[in-house]
Amino acid sequence: MTTFDTHASGSHVTSSSGSSAIGALLAGVAAWATTTDHKRIGRLFIGLALIVGAAGAVIGALLGFERISADGYSLLESNTIEQLFSLYRVALAFGVAIPLMLGIAIAVVPLQLGSKSLAFARLAMLGFWMWIAGFIVAVVSIGANGGPGGGNSDMVDLFLLGLGICAVGAISAIVSLVTTVLINRAPGMTLDRAPITSWGAMAGGFALLITLPVLLGTVIYLYVDHRYARAAFGGNKGVSEWIGWAVTQPQTYVYAAIGVAVMAEIAIVASGRRHPQRFALMVGVGIVSLAALGGATQMQHGLTWTDTSTGEKIKELIPYLVFNGLPALGVLVVLGVSALGLAMGKPRVMGPLVPAFLGLVMVLVGMLGHLISLFGPAGLAGTVFEEGEFVYVVYGTLLIGIGAVAYWGPKLWGRRLPESAVFGLGMLGFVGTVLAAFPMYIAGFANQPAGKADGFAYDGPQELWNTLSAVGHVLMAVTVALFLLTALRSFTAGEPSGDDPWDAQTLEWSVSSPAPHDNFVSMPVVSSAEPLLDIKPAGSEK
Amino acid sequence: MTHALPAGPRPAPRRQVFIGTGLVAGAGALLIGGMLSIWLRFRANAPLRTSSDGLYQIKDWLPEDIKIPEVITNVNLGTFAVICIMAQWAVYSSRRHDSRHTTSALGLTFLFGLAAINALVTTFTQMEIGVADGAYQSMFYAITGTMIAFVAGGLGYTLAALFKSIGGRATNTDLMSAHALYWYFLAAAYVAVWFVVYVQK
Repeated sequence: MTTFDTHASGSHVTSSSGSSAIGALLAGVAAWATTTDHKRIGRLFIGLALIVGAAGAVIGALLGFERISADGYSLLESNTIEQLFSLYRVALAFGVAIPLMLGIAIAVVPLQLGSKSLAFARLAMLGFWMWIAGFIVAVVSIGANGGPGGGNSDMVDLFLLGLGICAVGAISAIVSLVTTVLINRAPGMTLDRAPITSWGAMAGGFALLITLPVLLGTVIYLYVDHRYARAAFGGNKGVSEWIGWAVTQPQTYVYAAIGVAVMAEIAIVASGRRHPQRFALMVGVGIVSLAALGGATQMQHGLTWTDTSTGEKIKELIPYLVFNGLPALGVLVVLGVSALGLAMGKPRVMGPLVPAFLGLVMVLVGMLGHLISLFGPAGLAGTVFEEGEFVYVVYGTLLIGIGAVAYWGPKLWGRRLPESAVFGLGMLGFVGTVLAAFPMYIAGFANQPAGKADGFAYDGPQELWNTLSAVGHVLMAVTVALFLLTALRSFTAGEPSGDDPWDAQTLEWSVSSPAPHDNFVSMPVVSSAEPLLDIKPAGSEK
Repeated sequence: MTHALPAGPRPAPRRQVFIGTGLVAGAGALLIGGMLSIWLRFRANAPLRTSSDGLYQIKDWLPEDIKIPEVITNVNLGTFAVICIMAQWAVYSSRRHDSRHTTSALGLTFLFGLAAINALVTTFTQMEIGVADGAYQSMFYAITGTMIAFVAGGLGYTLAALFKSIGGRATNTDLMSAHALYWYFLAAAYVAVWFVVYVQK
């Protein structure tokens, strides 16, 4: 009957009495750098993604403040604007959304599945190092006048190299994650009994496995052509054109797909009972992952609908709805079914639910905005409307990530975050996201051009929209920074959480907190999708 | 409070390496497929020109002065077919606990893999084109270079399997099946590259 290990062992660093503190520190760093413990690998991804998230929001704020006055430049230099816009998108997509969701899944999924470890844990660790190395190279090269549209050709090459390494790292970690879900499940845990987050990790992982290799192939072409010939892809100016799809919608939905499942899982626990429509949630999460089909085609499927016959209109409508409408439908299903579950149960106030729920609503608003922007007669192409969509989706994903860390933090660190702080930060992040993104929707209808910080004018309070957007980015940066500080404090010296602080339903809450190195002494047997509810005393399910 | 669930029986051996390799092969297929689709897009958008015999209007994609050594590329198809047979022989022998045959099959897989890389590189030398000569040339090197990198990965995989086999783990059918799967993927990828780049041009 012992399926849990109360001895949190693992690769702890022990130093003999004679060894120096520096030696112990180095040994500690080496233990983290080479760890095969999925919880540590996940935490590395999460921690760095949150730091990059705060930095990305600061860049967004800088760009926002620069756009308040469209007559010349006050904060930044004109020749750095294009690179900063690139940096902003690359940072939020490849430095925040992908690693944050991946990190949460890597840290949590093996525990949820009743597995002792992650499949190919060394590959996942290698993936982390490749991701961080590639990301740093890409960011540094953009800073040195490289990246899309950069003037230093060597740095443009370096950017492409960094992005390629980053993609290979992410693919490595995803292979490890998806393999874990496919084969490391506990006896009795069929795929339809897998926890929603694990299901989402598999669906979202497959979606990333479909799109990231396509991006990598394009990057290889771009690198070889830019480095040697500059004859096929338009040189430095062509970089955005060819890989821009990877940092815009609908591809960003793929990065958010795991987050959709995370919100559904937290909502189930908040409802305090088995979810009667669990299958619908799984379908909803799966539908969101279909966004990969749109990303893999490397093009937008919009509606021109001007001077076209009915037949032509229908021919445009089908891919438009499949590639852009289905993911939004998936999120709607998840939100609706989650709300239904809460209404049918006896919902509790759970701090993590606030940022997760609001984050998913933000993602949905971004998706609906994208549907509008692709409608040709709306005339939104080339405006900042698309930037608003991007901010909604990525900041929404970031908010879901904050909710996920608050929810699973007790299992990973053994201590919990104050719920009032999580609630407050969730609300602050929500306000920040709306302020950062919604004014861009309005400015988009007023034809404010995308990717420009000066030389535009339109009727209406353009200073107001850009000021509000900049303030929104500042609020988001503050939210993430405060969350990091709160998490650091709470997870090191906060209140011990207990093993099952949320009265949850899945296997990760059956082991001690923090979860021991090998998770389970032996693989537990499960007979339902809510194995903990099966063994809790009668009446614990509300 | 910690909740104790009943402990299950020792789990049956799982095909972790096979599944992982399958995912890598799938990702690789999408990478090659994506590159080929971009290649085809360029080819489709190329302007028309009159063929050298003056009879046809053809896409001005493959420069007139470039001749693709079709013998080598066609023979390489056969090489990949043989590699697949060798890799499957390793699986067959492994299932029958025949370590000598497994090791032999893996050794031959490695040798034919080297031959495949040799053929791909020889294509470069015979075509006598520079990577900086133009759009076609840079894209040609990019896609065939990626193919070489995948085959080099296959050689590394074969070496690892070979060492394991020599080290007494020739009966690891999961590894041998996964190894064969990777070479099947490489063969399929080469067929696609062969048809689009070397035949259809």
